[in-house]
Amino acid sequence: MIEKSYDVVIIGSGAGGGTVAQALGPLARDGLRVLVVEQGPRLQDHEFTGRELDMADSLYEDGGGFLTADGTMTLAFGRVYGGSTVVYTGTSLIAPERVIRRWGVPGLSYEDIERRSRKYMAENNVHLLGPEGINENNRLFVEGARRAGYPAEQFPVNVKGCKGSSLCNLGCPNGAKQGTNRVQLPNAERMGVEVVTRAEALRIEERAVVVRVTERPPGGKGLPSEWAPGEYRIRAGTVVVSAGAVGSPALLLRSGVGRMLPRLGQGFTCHPAHILVAEHPREITNDVGHPKSYYVDRAEEEGYVLETCMYFPFTTAKNMTGFGAEHSRFMRAFPRLQMILVLAVDEAVPENRVTVDRAGRPVVHYTFTAETIERLVRGTRASAKIFFGAGAVRVHAPSADPTTIEAADAGRVDALISSRHFKPGKVSVSAAHLMGGCAMGRDARDSVTDAWGRVHGVPWLRVADASLFPNALAINPYLTIMALADRVAEGLRAELGAPAAEAAPGGVS
Amino acid sequence: MSDPVLPPLRAVFRAIARTVVPEAAALDGAAWDELERIVERALAARPPKLRRQLGLLIRMIDVLAVLRHGRRFAALDDGRRARLLGALQDSRLLLLRRGIWGLRTLVFMGYYARPAAAEAIGYRADPAGWEARR
Repeated sequence: MIEKSYDVVIIGSGAGGGTVAQALGPLARDGLRVLVVEQGPRLQDHEFTGRELDMADSLYEDGGGFLTADGTMTLAFGRVYGGSTVVYTGTSLIAPERVIRRWGVPGLSYEDIERRSRKYMAENNVHLLGPEGINENNRLFVEGARRAGYPAEQFPVNVKGCKGSSLCNLGCPNGAKQGTNRVQLPNAERMGVEVVTRAEALRIEERAVVVRVTERPPGGKGLPSEWAPGEYRIRAGTVVVSAGAVGSPALLLRSGVGRMLPRLGQGFTCHPAHILVAEHPREITNDVGHPKSYYVDRAEEEGYVLETCMYFPFTTAKNMTGFGAEHSRFMRAFPRLQMILVLAVDEAVPENRVTVDRAGRPVVHYTFTAETIERLVRGTRASAKIFFGAGAVRVHAPSADPTTIEAADAGRVDALISSRHFKPGKVSVSAAHLMGGCAMGRDARDSVTDAWGRVHGVPWLRVADASLFPNALAINPYLTIMALADRVAEGLRAELGAPAAEAAPGGVS
Repeated sequence: MSDPVLPPLRAVFRAIARTVVPEAAALDGAAWDELERIVERALAARPPKLRRQLGLLIRMIDVLAVLRHGRRFAALDDGRRARLLGALQDSRLLLLRRGIWGLRTLVFMGYYARPAAAEAIGYRADPAGWEARR
């Protein structure tokens, strides 16, 4: 085992780890030894090809199809330099005030989250796209929502020089999306933070992290690791865990931290989602342009959010329910397809949690509660009304039997779409907003960390990612992750004796 | 490198694939090879237990066809094949429902991840985005 030593080791390079890395950059410039450990590879610009399997295999854990323990849902999360910020669509919303207040974390205020979120919105060039960048898939959503009586709002997005490839979820081939791979990590590296890729954190020991660095697989994408292959014990004054809502609790559990933290791994939420498709009588622009420009937020009233989306052939086929002639009819209509993503706002419940198997691998236990299923059903009904309001001739609805609803039955969608047709294992459900497992709170009886990400009872260990969320956020989470990570970094900087006014590039302190 | 799953089950797997995606009936030998290569590659990255379960499921489908209709799955007509898989998809047993979900997902991957299939359905996304449409 090769021994190394750093002052701070950050595990993970996504919205959480990348933010902490940049915020510690000024200290690195002054001599603090800061290391980011990333399990995935560092891709070069020309390797973002937009080819579906090619990119999914390179950027996602299990190619984006990580299965929950009972196999009824797939989870998508990034495993690459930049983490899930490489594969999101860049939609940038500030956490709802009601959600932060309901979390009830002592010492965490909505005003603080909002202020920090705005800072990163400015840094990541968050803005509304102009009308020239909006495709018909999105325009039809706005039109259909208006006719169906739902107010659609435009997503602010964090792009710079977007060409409208529609390939955000496969990693932007034009480097337009301002993820941590484009902004925070390069800034951090310029200031002296080290990043080691292809480095899996095996376990955390007392003020140390054991890491395995692997070779680039034959034919694989990305640069070789910065370090030689092998196992390393990296001593660290402070360890910041930012491995995501699956990876962080799993790492802490296999490191034995769970013995004193009974809530570790609990409270996993993920906004379970259906990808819905509808066929129009004419071709529309759908696979060109930013895919996710509008949304309908019914989280507070009905427990769901609808978002425009556009996926790729295999992902689309997989996420529809069923098979055979009806399924094929929709797929053959690809240039005429409109798509909507239905996200259910799920509640944290004790049985939905992350554990590890005997080998230490993460296992996500997730059961759809009756309320979550009802929220998916309500969102599907609303989507069907929006599709038909926009002029669709038929709609694919997973919770209907048969799953195809023709326009002639548009007035009956409330009756045709029902929770009694939601059969786990048959209907396709996926999730990409993974949250919880290392929740913030008061003490070890109700949580894993305090409001600054400090793990209860372990002063040298912090968490900075979506696993901190005590419950579902009800919107796309990356900006809130960055805000929380900014708090974690601020606390760490104060502890390390950095002057409060010292700022990283872009005004980020 | 793990042992491939499909060679001993090729006839029934291809019949399942033709049921899941009816257009697969028109594939030539090279296209089938490409489809199966994609599926095998995905399976190779999965745990051995999952590969064994998939093989068992495919064999079970073949046995069920014999028990219900007196013929191997590949010898059934299109309607009977679809009804048999549909019944398993709607089974009261979660294990069977998720098994069929996984099997059809592999078929979708093998079929639709081929560039020829993407082109055939009119998928045109291009890294150049709007520029590519002008």
